[in-house]
Amino acid sequence: MNPLGGRAVVSGVGQSQVGRRLGRSGLALTIEACLRAIADAGLAPDDIDGVATYPGAIAGMAGFSGAGSTQLQDALGLRTKWHLGTAETAGQLGPVMDAALAVAAGVVDHVVCFRSVWESTAQMGGSRADAMSSGPRRAGGMLEWTAPYGAPSASTWVAMLASRYMHDHGLTREQLAQIALTCRHNAGLNPAAVYRDPLTIDDYLAARMISTPLCLYDCDVPADGAVAVVVSRREATRGLRRPPLTIEAFGAGLYERHTWDQRADLTTMAAHDAAASMWEQTTLRPADVDVMELYDGFSYLTLQWIEALGFCEHGDAGRYVEGGERIALGGERPLNTQGGQLSGGRLHGLGFLHEACIQLWRDGGDRQVVKDLDVAVAAAGGGPIAGCLLVSRRG
Amino acid sequence: MLPDPSWESRAFWEGGASGELLIHRCRSCGKFFHPPAPACFRCRSIEVGPEPVSGRATVAAVSVNVHQWLPGFPPPYAVAIVELSDQRDVRLTTNVVGCDPEAVHIGMEVQVIFEAWDGVWIPVFRPVAA
Repeated sequence: MNPLGGRAVVSGVGQSQVGRRLGRSGLALTIEACLRAIADAGLAPDDIDGVATYPGAIAGMAGFSGAGSTQLQDALGLRTKWHLGTAETAGQLGPVMDAALAVAAGVVDHVVCFRSVWESTAQMGGSRADAMSSGPRRAGGMLEWTAPYGAPSASTWVAMLASRYMHDHGLTREQLAQIALTCRHNAGLNPAAVYRDPLTIDDYLAARMISTPLCLYDCDVPADGAVAVVVSRREATRGLRRPPLTIEAFGAGLYERHTWDQRADLTTMAAHDAAASMWEQTTLRPADVDVMELYDGFSYLTLQWIEALGFCEHGDAGRYVEGGERIALGGERPLNTQGGQLSGGRLHGLGFLHEACIQLWRDGGDRQVVKDLDVAVAAAGGGPIAGCLLVSRRG
Repeated sequence: MLPDPSWESRAFWEGGASGELLIHRCRSCGKFFHPPAPACFRCRSIEVGPEPVSGRATVAAVSVNVHQWLPGFPPPYAVAIVELSDQRDVRLTTNVVGCDPEAVHIGMEVQVIFEAWDGVWIPVFRPVAA
């Protein structure tokens, strides 16, 4: 069972230079990642007939968006039949889902999907807090309810919810630390990762707090970089370089209110809705998933995804990762094999699908999971923002 | 940073002028909801509007913010999600003031007070005296 009929596949992936304060424009990074993904698929730019991106061109917000869909279309002189750039979707992976629908419907053959950020360079010369306070002097939209309380950053919103999970379910800082430690270990094996120096549990416990219970190592850091994934119609991939990876199902469910603080159970998130809707689309089960590439803009969000996706019971995510063996590269179900965003760089969502594909193609180099891999899950988002995808080597 | 009140939220931010915490309520099903909106998300009635509540609440989640994000907010300070005593599933994200931020805990009983600024009254909460 696959709602896309097995017709939507990933044919290639690419990543730009990634780092802190590269001093390059978001569009330059976007073009680099997209050209690499197109070449990785064995395609030429003239084969691309669709473009999809999150969040689209957004003015301001200090490098949050590196480029919009039409900027790429124009810069590369693409002849597209369909394009999309939006933030009002199931998180950073939402446009990939839309691309999968577009190729499955036969509207287009090859969609280049990208996410680019240049927050590190755009915020150069000032701190992240400076970038936040340089906007309008009054807070509207979602920030209307948080900025008046000194909480304009998602770090505080996530921290409050993590405090409740600790209170209700006994999550400890030592358990939470396993996300940061696992990511840092894997980043050490990934030459493209931003933070590669070893990190110990003592380093973690001694780190300064950002917003209790989250410390410095629980929060990702702005980076510059772009990630691209080519989503293709299966019939259009004959003779290409890579064995196509099947997009088995996606989860875009949103069943409760689109807020951070009104969900009935404060120890769940929209991730639970997205995951539930994904499992309704497929006969695959959580036990079939061999590797997890789960959003870690904040470490606690990864724990949310682990339980939302059904890898453990509600409330047991801390115990699931305890000690780190289960989620290590050699473990039962490896996590964030490239270093996640915590150590790999804040590429904001699409990096998890990129890495899922790299692992299924066994191109992970030193960080390649040794055991056989058949099915991978990629998930992105936190709070009311959530989307997830299953990709597999199955035809 | 001060809020930019919308058509729906103006009452919430101005209720403090008369010492009232005004929360949107559905006149069809009788339930409160927040943030304010022009329809009840439960029963979809558009007969909704702001009504005063007791101002009593319980801390449901809390973080002591240690990083300075905004001028005017010297850390540390406590940011909390509180549940209104009038209806537990209505929550506000707010500050708990008037005590050591580290002392704020889940289950703590709190009471609204208002901080008057330029045309808006920010509802924050202080511990209820034991």
